[in-house]
Amino acid sequence: MTGIGGLGPPDQGELIGLGEPGRSPRSQQPSALRSTLVALVSTVVFFGLLAWIVVNAPNWPAVQESFFNGRVFALTAEPIARAFWVNVQLFLIAEVLILSFALVIAVLRSLPGPVFVPVRLLATVYVDVFRALPGVLVIYVLGFGIPGLAIAGVPVDPFFYAVLALTLIYSAYVSEVYRAGIESVHPSQEAAARSLGLSRFQALRHVILPQAIRRVIPPLLNDFIGLQKDTVLVSYIGVVEIFRQSQIKQSAYFNFTPYLATALVFLVFTIPLARFTDWLISRDRSRQTRGGFR
Amino acid sequence: MSAATAGIDRSLPGAHRGSGGGPAIVIEGLYKSFGKLEVLRGIDLVLHQHEVVCLIGASGSGKSTLLRCVNLLEPIDAGRILVEGEEITAPKIDVNRIRRRIGIVFQAFNLFPHMSVLDNVTLGPRKALRRPRAQAEADATALLERFGLADKRRDYPDRLSGGQQQRVAIVRALAMSPDLLLLDEVTSALDPELIAEVLEVIRELAGAGMTMLIATHEMGFARDIANRVCFLDAGRILEEGTPAEIFGAPREERTRRFLQRIVEAGRL
Repeated sequence: MTGIGGLGPPDQGELIGLGEPGRSPRSQQPSALRSTLVALVSTVVFFGLLAWIVVNAPNWPAVQESFFNGRVFALTAEPIARAFWVNVQLFLIAEVLILSFALVIAVLRSLPGPVFVPVRLLATVYVDVFRALPGVLVIYVLGFGIPGLAIAGVPVDPFFYAVLALTLIYSAYVSEVYRAGIESVHPSQEAAARSLGLSRFQALRHVILPQAIRRVIPPLLNDFIGLQKDTVLVSYIGVVEIFRQSQIKQSAYFNFTPYLATALVFLVFTIPLARFTDWLISRDRSRQTRGGFR
Repeated sequence: MSAATAGIDRSLPGAHRGSGGGPAIVIEGLYKSFGKLEVLRGIDLVLHQHEVVCLIGASGSGKSTLLRCVNLLEPIDAGRILVEGEEITAPKIDVNRIRRRIGIVFQAFNLFPHMSVLDNVTLGPRKALRRPRAQAEADATALLERFGLADKRRDYPDRLSGGQQQRVAIVRALAMSPDLLLLDEVTSALDPELIAEVLEVIRELAGAGMTMLIATHEMGFARDIANRVCFLDAGRILEEGTPAEIFGAPREERTRRFLQRIVEAGRL
């Protein structure tokens, strides 16, 4: 070793790991390899132990029979995956409606001046109410309540009310995300746009919203991960989607394995979206950091 | 360059207009407060066509607020402002129409970061003046060319130096063919070595006959370029005169003290 922190040229022994690996900051390679190995071993040991405990539990055979039943899985996986198509439709239709409706709410809440007090008030009450209510209650009230009035011409299809309820619930959250984005754009940007003679609407449309929306894409995606999962809530008003389908199969076979199939479907579809969102966030952060040092 | 109409460069949009004779701006008894803070306390100022007036004074004396009031970015409390004889502070006035005639350039550039230089410059002509994109882009390219920025027109603002960004901001204001240009401490956010290129642009505009009201800390520049200099102190124009009068023989004690501090700081 040549002094503290290896001030002199490193000797060969250190570089190829023959000296004292892990002590000098210069001997990065052996220690990196070692931490990878340690992480791998500890992970395998931890999960191996966990599995061993579960499998050797006194009642494991019974649990395996009712939750991890290969025969039931083979019989029910296909209809369950098919029912997921209903969730996909719910999700896609609701998402488009949410993106537009929430934007309108956010813009209404951002309108300045005393003239717009009633509009702001209405939008604020909407956001507060729908964020406060548990989603299931909204779904119940809309899905059973409105058709229950038996007004001529009012739709009775539960799918319609499922989309309506999800849109109303999630627009309240998403409008707050939009609003945070709008408020994050510095007022000098609006001043610059208005100074060119652009109207308030033109400044919003061409200068403020493009910057605001770009900034809130990661948190928006985060809300959509939640929406993807919450589509199962509409099973309560009789939409036969993936969760309702797995309940039906569970009753038919008197076995819980259909829920395992449902869980797998959600893992397959939700994890990639979550990873993509994380990637977007970290990309944005590194961009901002670079911008800060420019 | 004299303020006379003769010798005006007609290639500069807006500069040749409004030579009808009357003053470009008349400000009468202007008051403006932010809450309890009285920022402007009775400003009277007349700007003639093709005249360049510099506003000097300490930070907080009201220079920026005065410019923002003229652009109607701040509502005023009392007084009135006339641009080419039209009272722009009248109630029910179309503020968008007024702002199209008055360009403003800000200390912090305020370029739109999500748009290329060309889109920054053409946004106003396209949306506020409803010019077709092709025409707006041709006009913008000619202006960018004139100020040595043509090769930057596809770049985004964060790729440009501060001096280049501020020149783009000036071009963006010019693209609206304004009757009048307001410059709000346009070099204060720049590194010292980038100030000259921006001042050069302003000098060129003055030479082309652009009517300008300039808030600045660059005393040497004010002395060179201004037809008149106004010293603002605590929301009032304490003293106004030619650069020779203000910098050579200030009458007011406060003006003398302000200039003394500037000299001590090595800025004059």
